[in-house]
Amino acid sequence: MSVTLNRIGLARDAYKGAATTLCAGCGHNSITNHTVKALYELGVEPHRLAKMSGIGCSSKTPAYFVETAHGFNGVHGRMPALTTGAQLANRQMIMLGVSGDGDTASIGLGQFMHMIRRNIDCTYIIEDNGTYGLTKGQFSATADLGSVQKKGAVNIFQPIDPCAVAITLGCSFVARSFSGDGKQVVPLLKAAIAHRGTAILDIISPCVTFNDHDGSTKSYSWVKDHEESIADVSFIPFFEEVHIDYEPGTIRDVELHDGSHILLKKLGDDHDPSDRIAAMRVIAEAREAGHLVTGLLYVDTSMADFATTENIPEGPLKDLGEDDLRLTREQFDQFISEFA
Amino acid sequence: MTEPIVNELTIQAATVNGSGSQTANLVLTRAIFKMGIPVAPKNVFPSNIEGLPTWYQLRITPHAHMARTDQVDVLVAFNATTWREDLRSVRPGGVVIHEEAYSTADARTDLTYYPVPFSKLAKAKIQSDTLRKQLANMIYVGVVAGLLGVPWEALEHGVKRQFLSKPKAVQVNLDAIKVGLDYWQDHFSKTDPYRLEPMTGAVDGKVLVEGNQAAALGALMGGVTVVAWYPITPSSSLCEYLIAYTERFRTDPKTGEKRIAIVQAEDELAAVGMAIGAGWAGARAMTSTSGPGISLMAEFAGLGYYAEVPVVIFDIQRIGPSTGLPTRTSQADVGFAYTLSHGDTKHIVLLPGTVEECYEFARDAFDYADRFQTPVFVLSDLDLGMNLWMAPAFHYPEKPFDRGKVLTKDDLDRLAGDWGRYRDVDGDGVPFRTIPGTDHPAAGYLTRGSGHDENARYTENAESYARNMDRLARKFETARQALPPPLTDETHKSPVGLIAFGSTHAAVLEARELLAAAGRRVDYMRVRALPLSAEVAAFVSRHDRVYVVEQNRDGQVFDLIRLALPVDLVGRLHSIRHYDGQPIPAAAITEPLLQAEAVPT
Repeated sequence: MSVTLNRIGLARDAYKGAATTLCAGCGHNSITNHTVKALYELGVEPHRLAKMSGIGCSSKTPAYFVETAHGFNGVHGRMPALTTGAQLANRQMIMLGVSGDGDTASIGLGQFMHMIRRNIDCTYIIEDNGTYGLTKGQFSATADLGSVQKKGAVNIFQPIDPCAVAITLGCSFVARSFSGDGKQVVPLLKAAIAHRGTAILDIISPCVTFNDHDGSTKSYSWVKDHEESIADVSFIPFFEEVHIDYEPGTIRDVELHDGSHILLKKLGDDHDPSDRIAAMRVIAEAREAGHLVTGLLYVDTSMADFATTENIPEGPLKDLGEDDLRLTREQFDQFISEFA
Repeated sequence: MTEPIVNELTIQAATVNGSGSQTANLVLTRAIFKMGIPVAPKNVFPSNIEGLPTWYQLRITPHAHMARTDQVDVLVAFNATTWREDLRSVRPGGVVIHEEAYSTADARTDLTYYPVPFSKLAKAKIQSDTLRKQLANMIYVGVVAGLLGVPWEALEHGVKRQFLSKPKAVQVNLDAIKVGLDYWQDHFSKTDPYRLEPMTGAVDGKVLVEGNQAAALGALMGGVTVVAWYPITPSSSLCEYLIAYTERFRTDPKTGEKRIAIVQAEDELAAVGMAIGAGWAGARAMTSTSGPGISLMAEFAGLGYYAEVPVVIFDIQRIGPSTGLPTRTSQADVGFAYTLSHGDTKHIVLLPGTVEECYEFARDAFDYADRFQTPVFVLSDLDLGMNLWMAPAFHYPEKPFDRGKVLTKDDLDRLAGDWGRYRDVDGDGVPFRTIPGTDHPAAGYLTRGSGHDENARYTENAESYARNMDRLARKFETARQALPPPLTDETHKSPVGLIAFGSTHAAVLEARELLAAAGRRVDYMRVRALPLSAEVAAFVSRHDRVYVVEQNRDGQVFDLIRLALPVDLVGRLHSIRHYDGQPIPAAAITEPLLQAEAVPT
């Protein structure tokens, strides 16, 4: 059997990781597979990938893809801080963060928000199942009001919607999807990776063990019944030519920093992903109607990412040496003499 | 008139916070330093922006005693609120320069008073309405200059040095000083014994520098490229100096491109997290904070220790517990920082005792962090960090960076990819690491704060866990021998020794002189790092009684040393503690020591 190699000569297997230790049927495993596909098809160099995560089921997944890449499975809710530091140390790295709903919307909400404010260049996947899996089924902060726990308890608190929060904060790329919808997740992931800035991808990812029952709004059946995609997403990487053979007016084309294109094919009402107010309205209306709206909600390709704002070199700061960093002997002596 | 007192006196300026008095204080300090006379200023300021009382103590000290003293010779009373209290602080026979409007009706009769109508002078002589409040402080500089005999050239130097970046401000400030000086000459004839005379040789090659300035310079020379911080007194100025020095020394004048990233984080958790992320990615990274921030950093400190990530954490200590007194000094974080985080976590702690060491240890901390792949704490304090200290000019580093055991692509080729992130190849407990971005298929691994084996794979295996923890302990022992050793002075061959660390050093030096003058010579060891050197126990073994002097309530380093001593030596160790938030004066050492030594033990 012949093996298909990607543009940098790697087989898809080169993007695999260790065997998953998550439950069979876990949505996170699907997302891992989508991630492998996206990285393979993009031809990401494994040594340029940094897989970042916090704590929880979701945060274990960086072990399950691209085993040869570096990664950092840090502390609970603090992936954004580690990612920010690593990004500044080496702008050449592709930062791919994987978090969960507890990791992001509870313990890590502050860091999540501040990372967005700074527009750190990274992809931030939220594997969102509305529950704490590793600690056996407590509600998380993304659980919908009135949703029912496996043992019957009803959630009485308003949910935190990571996409709504992100858009409010001026996030430069916000999308929602469903782990079972690879056709949507893969192009969104590729677009998020190509995007320069913080790209939030809230992926509903059912927990088969603790949150896949009737009364849950994060179960496979609920999501399948209620998902409403705002547009068909396809992604054309910078190394492929764009062929648009759709009827005029049915397609939106978003060009990213690296020359890649996101093509959005209108499904129902036309959604303009560069319109922040419209994005907020789409989310609010879907919530009122009891739907799960998925797709690219908002994108702003004009916003400078943090490293650009900070005006640090394109090359890694980590590689600078004594000559770049120390004062010269003359500068030093002059400076010290000013303290006399 | 009594015998003149020359060059040995302490001026205390009692002013109102936010009124611009600090500028006046610094001008006076620099002017006297320019006369060749050693100075030791201590700023006692409130946690307040404007309105609360503040004091500036300027010790003028021909023998270069840098510690605080409780003796006030010259009071400059510029704050009506604290006038009565301030009067009580002056030693008998001392001098008081005060606003004329303050009542001296029932004031002490053992002092010399020089009343000056500061408000009226300011109103009459200072034209600028906007600057009047600030410049009024300069008037007292002129009066003090008249009282003590500070030459005009020295005052000019002081003003110019203070307004290096604002040369336009020089003349108006000099004019205000002249108002005070003229008033002195027109209205007073000197009846007190205090005066200043230029000295030669005492300050040659010396600089006046704050510990936080020194540490910022040290960090730059140590090659820091990622700084993340959250504002907190008394640490903020360290990063603010870094920002200022970056503008000057790390910024391309044409493009504005910076060879450093400095991030003001949302809190201290994020600050240390960013620094650890950057350290992991191969940058020399740091954060700087004080006690409350150290508490928040506990979680990440454990990750740094266990995942073995280089990072430098400055703790400019203030006094706790909790918020404590945010603008007062202490050495009370040392025990906490040493074992910061849950589990069996231990850290390298550097303890600079002078501003030169603030520079050197800040610089070298990045080498230690890289060599031992672990967080390195640099524990300074408010006294060292925020006060000006006279010090020898700093030296340019002669050594290149020590990046520690890093495997490059070529190394991995040579090893045919056979390496393990947490293997102890050299038997010193220090493993090799690869840095993210290394272009080799064997370079990558997943760093984690959960259990891991020699090859960085997740494990809950009992033996693997214990083996890794034993290696970490071995690494700590390697570090123990590589850190700055204690400095010892045993020239007296005394049966009594002192052990101290950090900013307590200045008071110990003075205390030893005072004790020697009283016929009690004592030996001295200054500890400069944790884990403790084996030399500490050896020092104790060579003395009958050893007093550990420190600025915290519980004798934290006293406890650490006791734990490190063989049982038969433990009884030789005694503790002297100072913990009121003010820098320790020599008297806080000599008095308890003489008392203890008077009673046979």
